[in-house]
Amino acid sequence: MLIKKPSDIRSSEITPKDAWLGRREFIQASAAAVVGAGAAAFLGDASAQGGGLAKLPNVKKSPLSITDSPTSYEYITSYNNFYEFESGAGDGPKRKSGNFKPKPWKIAIEGEVAKPASYDLDEFIKPLQLEERIYRFRCVETWSAVVPWVGIPLKSVIDKVQPTSRAKFVKFTTLLDPKQFPMQRTGLLEWPYVEGLRMDEAMHPLAILAVGLYGEILPNQNGAPIRLVTPWKYGFKGAKSIVKIEFVEKQFRNTWQVMAPQEYGFYANVNPMVDHPRWSQRADRPLGGFRTKPTLMFNGYQDQVASLYTGMDLRKNF
Amino acid sequence: MKRILLIKRLLFVAALVPALRLAVKAYRFDLTANPVDYITDYTGDWAITCLIVSLGITPLRRLTGWNEVVKLRRMIGLFAFFYATLHLLTWVVIDKFFDYAWMVQDVLERPFITVGMATWTILFLLAITSNKYSIRRLGRRWQKLHYLVYAAGVGAVIHFWWLVKADITVPRRWAVTLAVFFGVRVWWVMRKRWAVSRKETLLQS
Repeated sequence: MLIKKPSDIRSSEITPKDAWLGRREFIQASAAAVVGAGAAAFLGDASAQGGGLAKLPNVKKSPLSITDSPTSYEYITSYNNFYEFESGAGDGPKRKSGNFKPKPWKIAIEGEVAKPASYDLDEFIKPLQLEERIYRFRCVETWSAVVPWVGIPLKSVIDKVQPTSRAKFVKFTTLLDPKQFPMQRTGLLEWPYVEGLRMDEAMHPLAILAVGLYGEILPNQNGAPIRLVTPWKYGFKGAKSIVKIEFVEKQFRNTWQVMAPQEYGFYANVNPMVDHPRWSQRADRPLGGFRTKPTLMFNGYQDQVASLYTGMDLRKNF
Repeated sequence: MKRILLIKRLLFVAALVPALRLAVKAYRFDLTANPVDYITDYTGDWAITCLIVSLGITPLRRLTGWNEVVKLRRMIGLFAFFYATLHLLTWVVIDKFFDYAWMVQDVLERPFITVGMATWTILFLLAITSNKYSIRRLGRRWQKLHYLVYAAGVGAVIHFWWLVKADITVPRRWAVTLAVFFGVRVWWVMRKRWAVSRKETLLQS
């Protein structure tokens, strides 16, 4: 009988380890080639990569960009955590966000500000200088990327709307619309998604509101039309599809903190010394690759942001 | 050829399809932007699927009276071990790249990995004692040892449940399936006991 000793088949089936190693190296090489090509294209001509979306005009380079090669457009836009579209990281948000309408878009400025108001997003952005910011991106799930965002410094928005002296925190709220965000029909998370920063964090030059990627408008799955980017914090801080920026006096609980307070904190600073209960945070794996690299304190932005947290116990304020 | 043997051969080929599909995907460089997580989830999914299907064989046999189906059980169980081993190797070789200190730390500090490791160890013990020689050699102890497959089923579900961030839909589905399989077994045992005690009562009166 052909199958009389499955246990014998077993050990020979397990051996693919060698084959796997070979495959791994092969794929690593391919990945390097793909990323390398992407980087070359990017460095030579930023328009060579992208998704064919509308180009953003008049984008200024920034000294705050890192010089690492950006992750390919394909990877950045096909591996997303966007729980309003699908739970879990992957290409679900890309597949399910095709009908999302990021335009026209209203953004409300509320709370402790001189003049609370609602703006048309295009009108709101127009007077501000767009900048390209090539930043490290680090997900709490330990994958990482280098992303060429286009955006405006959050500080320029704050300066524009003039918060009162009572404003101590900034709260970002994602659109609530179960018609467009199918997962909002479930109780998976507390909707709408909210995230926040302390006022001094929000004023930090690294914090931006991104409206673009690779010189083009943001694809829906990356948080169109406007999202928060704080590169020294885990990715979940980056509220997507923001409809409201609110200045508040008291610290509040962000969505993931509500979901699992022992796992996700308000600060969510990238910190290789403080593990998530389920993931060691000491290393991260760049998208497309197989090998990990050591995660740096504050995701490599220590020199710029460490002073924000002087005297704070980062183990407690994780 | 007996029908059950034909089914067994077909099932053998079918159970290899996921592994072949993964190999093809790897060859075509079609493993998503996060290949390590993809391979880990993929092999883990098939390990738990095979494990829970193998636990469903006895309930199926009792419900349908199709006794021969039990001849498929060992093979399905061994496929569970096969996919669980690929799952473990993905972690050891690709994810942690033989960083043993790191892996030991993970096993000790992260409950879902502790449970996963224990589950694989059970499957390993069952796999190496799944041959006729062991059955003969271990005698009554063999049956006791192989009851551990229930612990493996529970361990696999807990491992899965504890690793998801928010959406427990899939692990919950496995937990319910497992509970149904266990439930019918408990029901049968209870019914048998009642029947015996009733018979005794009848005899006494």
